[in-house]
Amino acid sequence: MISALSALLVFQLAGEILARSFNLPIPGPVIGMLMLFVALVVRGGPGEELQTTSQNLLQHLSLLFVPAGTGIMVHLHRVSDEWLPLLVSLLVSTLATLVVTALVMKLCQRPPAASGETP
Amino acid sequence: MTQEISQIWVYLAASPLLGLTITLLAYQAAFALYRRSGNNPLANPVLIAVFILVLFLTLTATSYETYFAGAQFVHFLLGPATVALAIPLYTQFKRVRSMLLPVLAGLLAGSLTAIVSAVLVARLLGASASTQLSLAPKSVTTPIAMGIAERIGGIPSLTAVLVIVTGILGAVGARFVFDAMKVRDPAIRGFAIGIASHGIGTARAFQVNEQSGAFAALAMGMNGALTALLVPWIAAYLMNIG
Repeated sequence: MISALSALLVFQLAGEILARSFNLPIPGPVIGMLMLFVALVVRGGPGEELQTTSQNLLQHLSLLFVPAGTGIMVHLHRVSDEWLPLLVSLLVSTLATLVVTALVMKLCQRPPAASGETP
Repeated sequence: MTQEISQIWVYLAASPLLGLTITLLAYQAAFALYRRSGNNPLANPVLIAVFILVLFLTLTATSYETYFAGAQFVHFLLGPATVALAIPLYTQFKRVRSMLLPVLAGLLAGSLTAIVSAVLVARLLGASASTQLSLAPKSVTTPIAMGIAERIGGIPSLTAVLVIVTGILGAVGARFVFDAMKVRDPAIRGFAIGIASHGIGTARAFQVNEQSGAFAALAMGMNGALTALLVPWIAAYLMNIG
């Protein structure tokens, strides 16, 4: 577990350094993810330890958003003046994004000369 | 006696132990509820845990800064967890490669929809210009979204709230939307949820299905990059036609 965690941190650190030195708009961890992905392709897959550690970490990914989520209490007053347009906008936009993305993908996936597949 | 209790409280409130402990406890309670509901998206664990914590902090008059001094240890793990998303992505790489066209088309369509619809609906309802600009990057992960908001003249702290709410809305609502649309492919379900509601949506996708999770992670990363490129242009255009 320690070696897997170290590997993840090393890639995060490398991503952070790249993001800062080239002033990239993408956060360091996302660049670290891309680099680890490339490394996995080159190496032909993760070792068992990295596999288990990442699985454990991702199983409870939602826990990791809780501290930031709780920060809502500090900024809630910003929302109070315009809460109705904000809420409606978020609802409509999130819904529309889900529908449009799924619909476009579904349409693009079906080849025009349909294979004999049954649904 | 009461003095002793208040002394203990003074100690606890000043140490990071309390913030860390209540974060884990609140999450465990929320997660137990979520499991008991049969992973019902309405019982989203982030939503419930945040609700419990805000209630607790408000009732005990504890500041968010004090709380975060402890909770930051959990928060910190977001970085390595983001890096770890490379592993499911690698595992699902074959499927991703076979879906290159739907993935790229879905990314472009979804990213544009997320930005434009949020701004236009808010404008229609009379929101101020800075509020509209704060809404534009709401579908991408918090650090990217706040950076964009700052660059285009939005309010970064408002954007942070909008990002969290968007994440929760998508995580809660996606299943009902996809079921109504009869979209069953876990890859498409995951990708769409990752586009619409970034990490919180991705967390939900991982709880449902590994392939959904991998596609959500992919969508989240790609949409973060694309939105950072698109929003400054789109915002300038939308603000001019207003």
